[in-house]
Amino acid sequence: MSTRGVSERSGAAPAGYFDAASTEPLHPAAREVLLAAAEEGWADPARLYGAARRSRLLLDNAREIVAAVVGARPDEVTFTASGTQAVQLGVLGTVLARRRQGGGPRVVAVSAVEHSAVLQSAAHLAKHEGTTTTEVGVDHDGLVDADAFAGAVGDDTALACLQAANHEVGTVQPVDEVGGHCAERGVPLLVDAAQAVGRVALPRNWSVLTASAHKWGGPAGVGVLAVRRNVRWRSPLPDDERGGGRAPGFENVPGALAAAAALRARWEEAEAVAARQNALVEHLRARIPELLADVEVVGHPTLRLPHLVTFSCLYLDGEALVSELDRAGFAISSGSSCTSSTLRPSHVLAAMGALTHGNVRVSLTRDATRADVDRFLAAVVDVVTRLRSGLEAL
Amino acid sequence: MTDATLVLDCRGMRCPLPIIELARRIGDVEVGQTVTVLADDPAAASDVPAWCRMRAHEYVGADGADGAAYTVRRLR
Repeated sequence: MSTRGVSERSGAAPAGYFDAASTEPLHPAAREVLLAAAEEGWADPARLYGAARRSRLLLDNAREIVAAVVGARPDEVTFTASGTQAVQLGVLGTVLARRRQGGGPRVVAVSAVEHSAVLQSAAHLAKHEGTTTTEVGVDHDGLVDADAFAGAVGDDTALACLQAANHEVGTVQPVDEVGGHCAERGVPLLVDAAQAVGRVALPRNWSVLTASAHKWGGPAGVGVLAVRRNVRWRSPLPDDERGGGRAPGFENVPGALAAAAALRARWEEAEAVAARQNALVEHLRARIPELLADVEVVGHPTLRLPHLVTFSCLYLDGEALVSELDRAGFAISSGSSCTSSTLRPSHVLAAMGALTHGNVRVSLTRDATRADVDRFLAAVVDVVTRLRSGLEAL
Repeated sequence: MTDATLVLDCRGMRCPLPIIELARRIGDVEVGQTVTVLADDPAAASDVPAWCRMRAHEYVGADGADGAAYTVRRLR
């Protein structure tokens, strides 16, 4: 037997990889830790002998690091199997705990631009628990209005969900402001921080926070669910003692420790990386409309993640853009309908009133350079010009 | 919005084709007159108003009867 398709090579992203918002390659700081932890942290952390205690120690160490970065206490943090699972457990568990209190509040308030994991969890509750979902809209930059969101949170709200930053257009949301209002009303706020952790300062006013390690250069298979001690939470799953009763199954100790190592490294370099990425994204935001006609850069110009920029090109098919840029050596993603399995356009772009076709999302890895970005700009101009040939008269 | 000067039947077309058709034909009406695009691709609901904004025409609105109909007024 062989593990086909695996070759000996470094884990660094190729120069044209501009899809960090989907996933980043393993951070160098995580690579050695992952190997070492696989050798030392294989035993069952729930047992009482020496090797087990070592596993438990590594797991606790990982939890402490992640807790410090996200602004939580270590005992508030649970590692899950993925960011999506963290969102599902966070949304369902918080609402179920509130629903048990004599019927309880029945509305889940979400922004219209949440990740599909949040929206699908709310839809699941609506189907199985009889909740209703209230969507709060965004402006043309994808920004939630804190007062409008506060207005949608009332006595009948079981849970409010607002992302730290948007995954498609990079807009950073006014979470602390919304969180303050939710706290006054006694409504828990879940913050999906998948795109923000390790990149920007995180909001403090949350009840539940979720994240995903592979987005910050940790390994896949590690999500983070943080639930404040004063927040009621009830598992939506069969009882299981693992993961502090929050996440089912045998803990992924090596994965958690490698995720923590990557996060600590990212946190230490965050300011330097963000400054570099901010300048590159500024450059892209300025140059794209200069180089191309009929292109719209979307997302907030200043309240945004450092590494992400999205634009839409009139008259072009997103799928053609993705494949032509791939042929030119660039990996990007698109929110256009033709690139989605459902053939519906991105709900984020639609909620913003942005052009949904011809959409390109560029998200930089930590080591992206000005030279990479300039080569990309040249490739985009070439691809867009070729794909638009014959449409000059429009 | 049946009083549109020009009606483009783009049903069955996928975006961006309805938008390309709209851009090709907007010049067929006089400034101030309207074009209505019939389209069943859900992306048209976002993309017709976005096209109007980017190309400086007026988005008049959508009419839901018999599939979606999006009306645009030529401004220039």
